[in-house]
Order: sequence, then C-alpha cells, then structure tokens
Amino acid sequence: MSGGWVQDLGAAALRFVLDLGGLAVFAGRIGRALVTPPLRFRAFLDELYKLGVLSFVVITVCGLAVGMVLGLQGYNTLARFGATGSLGAVVGLSLIRELGPVLTALLATGRAGSATTAEIGTMVVTEQLDGLRMMSIDPVHFVVMPRATAMLTVMPLLSGLFIVTGLFGGYLVGVAFMGLDGGSYLSSLESSVDFRDDVLGSLVKAVVFGLLVGLVSTYRGFRSAPTSAGVSAATTSTVVVGSVTILLVDYVITALWGV
Amino acid sequence: MLDAHVEFSHLTMAFGSRPIFADLSCRFPRGQVSVVLGGSGSGKTTMLRLIGGLVTPSAGGILVDGDDVARLSERELFRVRRKLGMMFQGGALLDSMTVYDNLALPLREQGGRSEAEIAEEVRDRLAAVGLPDAEGLLPGQLSGGMVKRAALARAIIRRPTILLVDEPFSGLDPISTRRIESVLLEVNRRSGITMLVVSHDVPSTMRMADWLMLLLPGRVAEGEPGALAHGADPEVTEFLAGDAA
Repeated sequence: MSGGWVQDLGAAALRFVLDLGGLAVFAGRIGRALVTPPLRFRAFLDELYKLGVLSFVVITVCGLAVGMVLGLQGYNTLARFGATGSLGAVVGLSLIRELGPVLTALLATGRAGSATTAEIGTMVVTEQLDGLRMMSIDPVHFVVMPRATAMLTVMPLLSGLFIVTGLFGGYLVGVAFMGLDGGSYLSSLESSVDFRDDVLGSLVKAVVFGLLVGLVSTYRGFRSAPTSAGVSAATTSTVVVGSVTILLVDYVITALWGV
Repeated sequence: MLDAHVEFSHLTMAFGSRPIFADLSCRFPRGQVSVVLGGSGSGKTTMLRLIGGLVTPSAGGILVDGDDVARLSERELFRVRRKLGMMFQGGALLDSMTVYDNLALPLREQGGRSEAEIAEEVRDRLAAVGLPDAEGLLPGQLSGGMVKRAALARAIIRRPTILLVDEPFSGLDPISTRRIESVLLEVNRRSGITMLVVSHDVPSTMRMADWLMLLLPGRVAEGEPGALAHGADPEVTEFLAGDAA
C-alpha cells in the first residue's frame, strides 16, 4: 500500500520519458520528410489558409482587446506617477516581448492546434492513414509535414498581427478615450522598442512556439487511439500539453536569453 | 501441391492480454479467390492487416510473394505494398478529396504517368465498378455501396498482384452485394490477381471462393468450399450451414 504511490510515480515518469522519446522520433520523421520530394507545396498552402487565414478574426479581436486592457491598466498605473507619456512604451514592450507571442501561441493551440489533432485523429479512426500506408504513401510526409510546417510559418505572422492590433488597441484607449497625446504615445513606443532585442526576440519566441504547437498537435493526432474517445482525449491533451509547454518554454527563453 | 502467394508460418498475435492467433500456419493460393470466414473477433481483419504490415505479430512469419513482412522496416514495407491493394471495410477514402482525386492519388504518387493517362485510368476503373458519374463527389456524398465500390476501384488502380478485401458485403442490400461480388470476380478472372476476402456472408462466399478458410476457436479449417461444406468436420459444416440458413 505504502509503495503504491511510488509505483504510480515511476509508471508516470516512464510514460513521460516514452512519450518524449516518441515525440523526438516523430520530429525526426518530419525533418526527414521535409528534405524528401515531393514538396507538397499545394497542401502547405491549404494548411496556411486553414491555420492562418481562419484564425485572423480571433487573433485580431483578442489582440485588440488585450491592447485596450493594457492601455487602460497602464494609463491608470502610470497616472499615479505622472508618467502617462510612457504608455506607448508600456503597451509596446509588454505586447512585443511577451504577450504577443505567448497569447497568440495559446490561442493558436486552442483553435488551430486542437483542430489539427482532431482532423488527424479522425483520419486514424476512419483508417485513412492506414489507407495511405497501403498505397505506399508515408502519412507523415502526406498529412503531417504540411500541417507542421504551416503552423511553424503561420505563428510569427499571427503573432505580428496580434501585436499590431494590440498596439492599436492601446492607442485607442490612451489617445481617444483618455485624452493622451497621440504623438507622445507613438514616440514613447518608438524610442523604447529595440529592433534586435525586442522585435527579433519576439520573432524567435513565435517561431519556437509554432514549432512546439505544430509538433504537439500533429503527434497527438497521429498517436490517438482509434476511437472517438481517443480523438477527444488527444485533442484535450494537445490543448493542455501545448499550453503548459508554451508557458514553460517562454520562461526558459526569457531566463536564458533575456528576450 | 498448393502454390502459395501468401503464407502464415507459426504466427502468434495478441492484443494486450487477449490472444488472437496462437501458432497459426496457413497458405493462400496464387491467382485464386480465398475467403476467410469466422465469428466476430476471430481475427479476420487482423489477418489482412498483418499481410499489409499494418500490425506486427509477436512471433512467426508472414510471407507475401517471398518477403517476410513481419521482419521488414516501414520503408521496406512500402516496396512490398506496391504489390498489394487493400479495400478497407469503411472505404478509408480521404474525405477531403473527391472520388476522382482519391483514385488519382496513388498513380500521381507513383509517378511516371501524365495527367491525361491518369484521368483515363481513373475513368476506366470507375466505369468498371459502376460509378462513372461519381468522380466529382466527395466520399461523404456517397452511399455505403458506392463507398465500397469507390474503395475497390482505388484498391485495384495500381494493378496489384494481391488484393486484400475487408468485409465487402457488410451493410449492403442484396443487389449491391451481387454487384460487388461480380466486380471482384471479374477483376480476379481478368487479371489473375490473388484475392483474400474477409467476410461473414456465407452465401456470397460459397459462390465466389476458390479456397476457404474458417477461423474457429483455437484452430483453422481450410480447403475448397464444397469439400468443407460437405466434409466430416461437424463444427465446420454447422458453421457454414447455420450461417447460410
């Protein structure tokens, strides 16, 4: 009885290591597929549309809302110190360095990542992946690679969109609602944001998150049990594992490279 | 002496703690229609998946045209699968593609054909299975019988030497059953393809099978359909007569 929890812990640790190993092998297979012809550019474009264009509205609305909240909170806080002129810097740095890539990745995990897992999981249930194997077509090459690379490509673009709409939201609240001078908002933003440290750092985070979400969502779908409950569990797992991993990796990147 | 195209040798297979096959050995003759019969959960579909290398046995070998698929890597399996066509029970058609693209896909992937040649092949196969007007439809827009026929057309489009057919008659009305049956027989007679059909439809089986295998609890009975149906094994005759009734 007393050793039961140790056994459970050991089993969980073993499952985690096996899962991590499986993920690494899967990433290797995607990498190999990337350098194996054909390129599947058409499928890649289709996925770009599904993952990117169809996420446009949710990213725009959320970016605007987050920017407006930042503008409001930032203005009220800065007003206590008589520093409302720095609102552009506060909103800009928060969005570019942290909130833009992180929130975009979390939103993309919930919308596009879960959809990718469900789609591939359904292909497992309906034997479509086995059908491809029997036609001598590698499902990693045909199904997974275009989706994973599209996610990697689309994440920095969506993050950029989130940041731009967020900056506009902050401007709207600060200038239109709170009466701050527009020039002061923009000049504070311009003088505080460094292209190399802030913008490129943000881009690096978005690319890393795109890689993570693409990998986790396709892997979970590919490995889902061939039942409806299996697809449901895989989809949930993508959202949970993806979100937690994004936040942990964000901390690691920030701590190691100060981005 | 039976000329075996597919051969199982001392095969053992289990799903978790549930044994499916224990030391199974059997052979399927080249160029003939072999039908595998058995109760639910007897391992009929697993047998086809083993031949295709989609699942791996825990022991034993599966010789497919001389290659032991149980010992091949995924990459090597792709080479063997070029000789195989498989019609899945649910069709396994890619639901985001039209029927035309589903059939054209294996030819495009194989390469070496112009789009015009591919179009000719696809239309030829669709006509052969009685679906000349379905090329623009998505799998979701097809009836159960049409899905089976489209899946059969895709399975034979690369001209395989071995065709694996999983429950071709399940859920079909008698007319559709007859149509699929005649298409399968036509494919076999015209191209001399080795055909392994998994079914629980005894009347169809008795009409089309050259070779019959019956998966019974703990053992296998195999032979020519007439010989099995009128043989001395009461379990076999009861199964065939009971299902036929």
